[in-house]
Amino acid sequence: MHDLINVRINQGFQSIKDIKKALPFPRHRGLPVVSEEPCKSECSACVDSCPTGAITLEPVSIDMKKCLFCPECELACPSKKIHFTNNVQISATNPETLIISAKNNKPIIEVDKKIRHIFRRSLKLRSVSAGGCNGCELELNALSNVNFDIGRFGIDFVASPRHADGVVLTGPVSENMAYAFEETIRAIPEPKILILAGACALSGGLFVDSPAINRHLLSTMKVDLYIPGCPVHPLTVANALLAYLGR
Amino acid sequence: MYKWLKVKNPAIVPLKDIPVLTVPEMLEEVVDLIKNEGVRPLHFAGRKTHDNRKVTVTIVLADDVENSLLLSQVVFTADDCYDSLTPQAPIMHLFERELYEQAGIIPLGHPWPKGVRYEHDRVGDLGNFNEYPYLQSEGIRMHEVAVGPVHAGIIEPGSFRFLCYGEQVWHLEIQLGYQHRGVEGLFKTGSILNKSHLSESIAGDTVIGHAWAYAILAELLTDTEVTNRVQAIRAIALELERIAMHLVGLGGIAMDIGYLPGASVYGRLRTAVINTMLKICGSRFGRGLIRPGGVLFDIDTALNLEIVDVLDVLYRDIEKINELFFNMPSVLSRLEHTGTVSKETAKAIGLVGIMAKMSGLSVDSRISHPISIYANERLKPHVLDGGDVFARAKIRVLEIDQSMRLIRRWLGTEVKRNELYVKPGTVKSNHLAVSVVEGWRGEISHMVITGNQSSVLQYKVKDPSFNNWMGLALAVRDNGISDFPLCNKSFDLSYCGFDL
Repeated sequence: MHDLINVRINQGFQSIKDIKKALPFPRHRGLPVVSEEPCKSECSACVDSCPTGAITLEPVSIDMKKCLFCPECELACPSKKIHFTNNVQISATNPETLIISAKNNKPIIEVDKKIRHIFRRSLKLRSVSAGGCNGCELELNALSNVNFDIGRFGIDFVASPRHADGVVLTGPVSENMAYAFEETIRAIPEPKILILAGACALSGGLFVDSPAINRHLLSTMKVDLYIPGCPVHPLTVANALLAYLGR
Repeated sequence: MYKWLKVKNPAIVPLKDIPVLTVPEMLEEVVDLIKNEGVRPLHFAGRKTHDNRKVTVTIVLADDVENSLLLSQVVFTADDCYDSLTPQAPIMHLFERELYEQAGIIPLGHPWPKGVRYEHDRVGDLGNFNEYPYLQSEGIRMHEVAVGPVHAGIIEPGSFRFLCYGEQVWHLEIQLGYQHRGVEGLFKTGSILNKSHLSESIAGDTVIGHAWAYAILAELLTDTEVTNRVQAIRAIALELERIAMHLVGLGGIAMDIGYLPGASVYGRLRTAVINTMLKICGSRFGRGLIRPGGVLFDIDTALNLEIVDVLDVLYRDIEKINELFFNMPSVLSRLEHTGTVSKETAKAIGLVGIMAKMSGLSVDSRISHPISIYANERLKPHVLDGGDVFARAKIRVLEIDQSMRLIRRWLGTEVKRNELYVKPGTVKSNHLAVSVVEGWRGEISHMVITGNQSSVLQYKVKDPSFNNWMGLALAVRDNGISDFPLCNKSFDLSYCGFDL
């Protein structure tokens, strides 16, 4: 018994106190910043280095739906035009604002009054992994651990879609999982929300051109919240959900 | 005399140097090598020739005693059949099913001729994915329980079908394939040197393991030598990944039996470890670190000290929680004799990694097929003989301790701050390269075959989960169905690493 109490005392209070102000260590690659610096002429090093074609030129912009937040473009650019910061406010309700350039440098989450009214104090989510590599899944799990402790905000991941208010989709939607994804969405009572988490879910990521992927159904659905990352960082998800609920 | 090319891990050979066996020779020798020499299959991979008339099957076997890999190939005409190896060598069961699915070569007399992952471009005639031919049962007290593919939790999809007598599981059949994303096919498009990101996404919990296995192949194909410094950083990352994921496993086991102090303390310790990975390379899972030709981030003196600090806390705190966890009668009563796999079964079906070591088999490629820095370590594998959930938990504790020692030693060694990255050159045509890396689950092996003009004819990935899912199916036999979640968590296998 003493040992147990000792371990408990030693464990202390592990939860991040102010999750809205918390930042990951500086080396974390979060919100990219595109500087106003002019590019060297005829240079396309950033575009060439990007594994998912997330970068376009004139003006230089990064589509965070596709971005894997890898170090490649930052290292490739001779003009230091692209730089990743550890800012985790990278999610949006409007996907257009996820395309980051020197001008558009802030993704926007708009609060839906109805959603806010119903789910503000209690949001129960069902996770569906459809080809997710277990990176985003582990990070969504981490949301409920002692450090991030998302349960304190009334946000929980539940077992049954019947108990859920929405789905968090991870993975590019594999053909073999498309039907089960559809069935799970259908099993959730209205009103329901659809949240996409991670580059695979947002754009197909590395797998967008694979014939084993089927994003047809997803392309016809209304998406309520886009959370970029590869994988999504728990602080990114927590802040996205809180902002979306207007908290 | 056997017609096999003997090489050391990792290896590259010109395609013309690989011996070609006739089908009867192959059948006889593979069975003989498995039964009498104790070798294990790594790859049994078929690829169609350009005119679709023939199928070349590349066979790679691992000889753990001689510390070598055996290579050979055999050519079938398309849609050919042969007498299945599985009745004599059950370890081949899934490899033969995969060969049928991917290349259409039929193993006659295979006791379980079903699909593996229902690939999008499958050749074998497997029927519909949603009409999987589960084993069925009838009887007054017999009933079936279907679980999945969407499970109660944040976890990848897979379908489980239990045949139960009352609450007792008589048989579990696991249908996978839901996570199939066409990974092996994507490796063949574009340059093989640009596949780092893809290799990191084969299994997102084994980023370092798979990225290293891939990087070795790219380096062999381009004659790129990486420095000792690079090897050390990669190895430190691999062991950090092992520690972090073993902590996930321990926390998960504690959670599944409702022992919350275990779940919260192991969870907190894991956070510190993956945040250390973030300090190294900017990703909690090690993404962006390993690239063909080197690593993109260094561990400087300041970071070196920080890692040592994290290990100090981990060393101190894990001992306390282990002491509690592994001595609590209510914990032990749930872990001991639950989901047991015997040594004979483990050997017969070819379990690898921690699932082999928990059941009495000493299978660890860091020891039998060491790459780079591991060759200098006199590692001894931790082997337990319980084969139950307790052994699966305990082996993680022992390995965490071993990995901490390794990392401390590598961090403590004075090394020259030499080159971290060199750009790989041109890819060799008409070669085969194979690598084996011991990830946290066990043996990862990648194989690549190039054709003319550096094109990739075949890329093959074997995650340890490919070997070990059958172990879970057998472990739950004769257990109460309510112990399934605990058994599943203690195996902690990858769905996407299997489905590719």
